[in-house]
Amino acid sequence: MIKRYVNFSNLFKIALRALSNNKFRGFLTMLGIIIGVASVITMLAIGQGSKRSIQGSLSEMGSNMIFVEPGQGMMGGVRQDASSMQTLKQADYQALVDQSEYLSDITPIVSAAGQAIYGTNNTPTSMSGVNASYLNIRKYTIADGDMFTDQDIKAAAKVCVIGKTVVTNLFTNGEDPVGKVIRFKNIPMRVVGVLTEKGNNSMGQDQDDVVLAPYTTVMKRISAINYFNNISASARSEAVSDSAQDEMETILRKSHKLADDADNDFRIRSQKELLTMMTSTSDMMTVLLAAIAAISLLVGGIGIMNIMYVSVTERTREIGLRMSIGARGIDILLQFLIEAILISVTGGVIGVIFGVGVSLLVKFAAGWPIFIQVYTVFLAFAVCTATGIFFGWYPARKASNLDPIEALRYE
Amino acid sequence: MAKNIIEAINLKRNFIVGSETVHALRGVSFSISAGEFVTIMGTSGSGKSTLLNLLGCLDTPSEGDYKLDGISIKQMNKDERAMLRNRKIGFVFQSYNLLPKTTAVENVELPLIYNNEVSARERKRKAIESLKAVGLADRLYHKSNQMSGGQQQRVAIARALVNEPVIILADEATGNLDTRTSFEILSLFQELNQKEGRTIIFVTHNPELASFSSRNIVLRDGLVLEDTVNNNIASAYEALQKLPKLDD
Repeated sequence: MIKRYVNFSNLFKIALRALSNNKFRGFLTMLGIIIGVASVITMLAIGQGSKRSIQGSLSEMGSNMIFVEPGQGMMGGVRQDASSMQTLKQADYQALVDQSEYLSDITPIVSAAGQAIYGTNNTPTSMSGVNASYLNIRKYTIADGDMFTDQDIKAAAKVCVIGKTVVTNLFTNGEDPVGKVIRFKNIPMRVVGVLTEKGNNSMGQDQDDVVLAPYTTVMKRISAINYFNNISASARSEAVSDSAQDEMETILRKSHKLADDADNDFRIRSQKELLTMMTSTSDMMTVLLAAIAAISLLVGGIGIMNIMYVSVTERTREIGLRMSIGARGIDILLQFLIEAILISVTGGVIGVIFGVGVSLLVKFAAGWPIFIQVYTVFLAFAVCTATGIFFGWYPARKASNLDPIEALRYE
Repeated sequence: MAKNIIEAINLKRNFIVGSETVHALRGVSFSISAGEFVTIMGTSGSGKSTLLNLLGCLDTPSEGDYKLDGISIKQMNKDERAMLRNRKIGFVFQSYNLLPKTTAVENVELPLIYNNEVSARERKRKAIESLKAVGLADRLYHKSNQMSGGQQQRVAIARALVNEPVIILADEATGNLDTRTSFEILSLFQELNQKEGRTIIFVTHNPELASFSSRNIVLRDGLVLEDTVNNNIASAYEALQKLPKLDD
């Protein structure tokens, strides 16, 4: 006797027919899946959107940035706060400049806060003592005038470059600031350049409210200190970011003459780390939201299983008839399985459309950042099909195992 | 001598109910050749349902052998029997068993859906042909729930004919119908038997029907009590004509 293969197109038609006979019930069953998929898509879109916006604003700050801060340490037997440590010195900076292979730009940073004054105007701002590399590292550019030079650094010249916010606050009648002299903590400083506007960073800090000056000037003339607050640098590329970090550690340990078993008296942090730290929160939220959404998908799946069981029981005689006229167990199994998959996949399609719609609504109505990843859509389909197979299997199995004699007599 | 369609050789079927064994069939032997119209009778408990299940390849005997169209079913598994049913047997049930909300044509097509050798177009052509043969040419696209009992049973008969089976098994096929419609269906069976030479087995508990068949097998307690050939076949069509006219 010839082996008979399964005819999928016929089984598909049968399943479609059965569904169209019970449209409302089918729709109600789908509703669980629709809500599940729509919420998965929306939640992931919101999660991804916020993650991307954080990533975006961080990389604006310079994505290869690595910075060294003084670490905790003891001074005269008293444990000191990291910010009061004075371990980063000119020698460290010089060692990094001389020995590093992976760093493209390095700058010491010495911060000072105070009032900037020009004429009758004044504004509170912060001054960063840096070198010219700072512009590359933090992705600043000069809009007007020039950056101060290495010569200015050597001479600890009283020059500065100011950000847009400072310009707006001090030069209220629209004068050109370049060439003017402002006073910061009573030190007169000539403005040599103006920075291009950069806006707020992701933490809401105004990146234009800055005054840049040669670090030597800030150390000697303004704060009268001989150490740096930190050292910032850029790796040559993101790929060597980790190597650069290791290299910096080796150089600084040598420069600080630390014994092999001593802890670092400084801390190296990279933008990458910061990025991981900041996105981990939004990642966790995404996972949490997706988990809740997945539960609703599970509930939807149980709904399918429930309705398929009812359907099998209700159609026991039909199953008996089909078997008596020649349907094999596999034909019946596949018929019900295809029906379950049809419900879940149709629900999935509607759910995807609905989810994308809600995501866009959230974007335009609430103004939240939204990002729909293509893979989540495919994932949703895959999960729906799997849900259909998983929850349709037992009812379909039950149907295919019916005895045709009993099934035909079922009342 | 015409070809033997059915050969039942000492068929026995036991069921285990709890700790007891029920002997539904205790050794039944007969053969049916092509072109016969056999009624199988018996009271409830006589074993006729069990015999019908065996003849319809829905069940396998505990002992003995059964050959359908020369093929022994003793060693067959479930799927092989399903395929045999699909190609060789047409079932007509007491309660029609049509798919609800489905047109006549689609209902009749059903057995051919499980036969990959028949294309969709061929399937439809055969279904329509079959419906014409049972006198439903004008009801092709009526849905099952829009038809009377007699019409539904005609659709079921068309469904049993569509795969050109070697045997039609009718289980109390007139049981749910009124007298007039019963005779109509019966005369359809006679017509199929006499004009087209279809082999028909008609299982019933109604002794009146024996006069319309060519042979009558009576079962009692799982054994064949009588096996008689009827040389004086009554016409169901004539019986229908003799019925008092309905006052419409």
